[in-house]
Amino acid sequence: MKLRLWLPPLLVVLALLGLWQLAASNGFLADSLGLEEFLVPSPSGIAEVLWQDRDLILENAGTTLVEIVAGFCLALVIGLTVAVLFRSSDLVRRAGYPLVVASQTIPVIVIAPVLVVWFGYGIWPKLLIISLICFFPIVVNTLDGLRRTDPEAVRMMRSLDASRFGIFRRVEVPTALPGVFTGARIAAAVAVIGAVFGEWAGADSGLGFLILQDNAQLETARMFASVFVLSVIAIALYALIGLLERVVVRWR
Amino acid sequence: MTATVSARDLTHSYGSLKTLAEIDFEVSPGEIFGIVGPSGCGKSTLLELVGGLGSPTAGRLSVAGQSGNAGRLAGCAWMPQRDCLLPWYSALDNAGLALVNQGRSRREARLAAAERFAHFGLQGFESARPEELSGGMRQRVAFIRTLVSGKPVLLLDEPLAALDAITRADLQEWLAPALAGSGATVLLVSHDVEEALYLADRVAVLSPRPGRIVATVEGARGETGPRDQVVSSTSFNQRRQELLALLAARGENK
Repeated sequence: MKLRLWLPPLLVVLALLGLWQLAASNGFLADSLGLEEFLVPSPSGIAEVLWQDRDLILENAGTTLVEIVAGFCLALVIGLTVAVLFRSSDLVRRAGYPLVVASQTIPVIVIAPVLVVWFGYGIWPKLLIISLICFFPIVVNTLDGLRRTDPEAVRMMRSLDASRFGIFRRVEVPTALPGVFTGARIAAAVAVIGAVFGEWAGADSGLGFLILQDNAQLETARMFASVFVLSVIAIALYALIGLLERVVVRWR
Repeated sequence: MTATVSARDLTHSYGSLKTLAEIDFEVSPGEIFGIVGPSGCGKSTLLELVGGLGSPTAGRLSVAGQSGNAGRLAGCAWMPQRDCLLPWYSALDNAGLALVNQGRSRREARLAAAERFAHFGLQGFESARPEELSGGMRQRVAFIRTLVSGKPVLLLDEPLAALDAITRADLQEWLAPALAGSGATVLLVSHDVEEALYLADRVAVLSPRPGRIVATVEGARGETGPRDQVVSSTSFNQRRQELLALLAARGENK
């Protein structure tokens, strides 16, 4: 059963890697692009670099992972708070929602350097950029989840002496949880992008920083290796949240 | 006897839509008061108004002497048409919700609910999730949830509507003593004339919208004997025909 689930995507990935390996290793890819061969690494070449430079890559991955997790958590706290505030008052929601949407129209690539000017080369600008793009899917999906609350269940609870907080806790929160997890999964996926942009705007470590340096030095294989590690981080976070959802939301 | 639930010249509208008009009734303590009528006649609205979940547009409505919404809310336990069991809680936790809401510990609530589980044929299903229960079991859990609240007035909105005819007949036989044993005053809304007649002391017939009480008929609650025998007696049949005729005369039947 498990195998039948995993086999198709695995085969597609392996086939694509195989094609790439073939095209890169006999120089066909470099020739057709009119490039030197070292600029067009093969998967095996990337794997080799990943292994050779593992200490460097892991060290920088650590920096980026800390940024992602901290930024994601900050976004979760802000996002959930905003969603609950919007739910509690129509006025607040109408006043605040346009602002939440507007926050997503700010091009991250433009705001990132500004934040670096304000907050320096440390973790703060990265944290703010990551939470800026993460908080939107969390707010929207949490609010959407809260809105799924069954009004009849709420009236039943009122009739059975539930307080406003009791209804929130026993009806609204469980109803919204699947939405919270959906938002968190999307946020985990985009958090990686935020981290890279943040590091590009100014950093002295991190995978985004490493990619930028390798780009300048034409270390193409190591760039790919860093991108691969970034992907792994995003997928791992996504899977972790999915796992958590299955443990917490058992009634679905 | 002072009326536990009383309505005087009660009127209700949703915007320009008049749903209930000039409703007058009194329900004594411990009485089971059935309400039948065509769909859309405002039966459910009437129940929610009594329970303090809405305000009448005009007229007086009181529960145990309380006429404000909060007072009526405090005196009544409402069982909606859908069972509204919360899927994230076990059957037992669902049944004990009212006590938890009232500030008792989860353990106490579960204990109080568990006492009723055996009595209602639910033993062994305490930790089942609502989706694992049959329709009849879900209705019983919802009923225990209402009963356990300990409120003096129970408002049952089509408590058996979601069930097929056979299960419904069975559950009626089980509901009758359960209601009697609770000592509560009950308002029971039904679209099923036989069900209302069998369970209630009196049955009020509502007209199509805006709902008015067109007649009140004596129910069969006091009668002894198995359900089959009660509902096939001549006097029961007469009253059933009378109710059906009243409903038919006022438009659609059902």
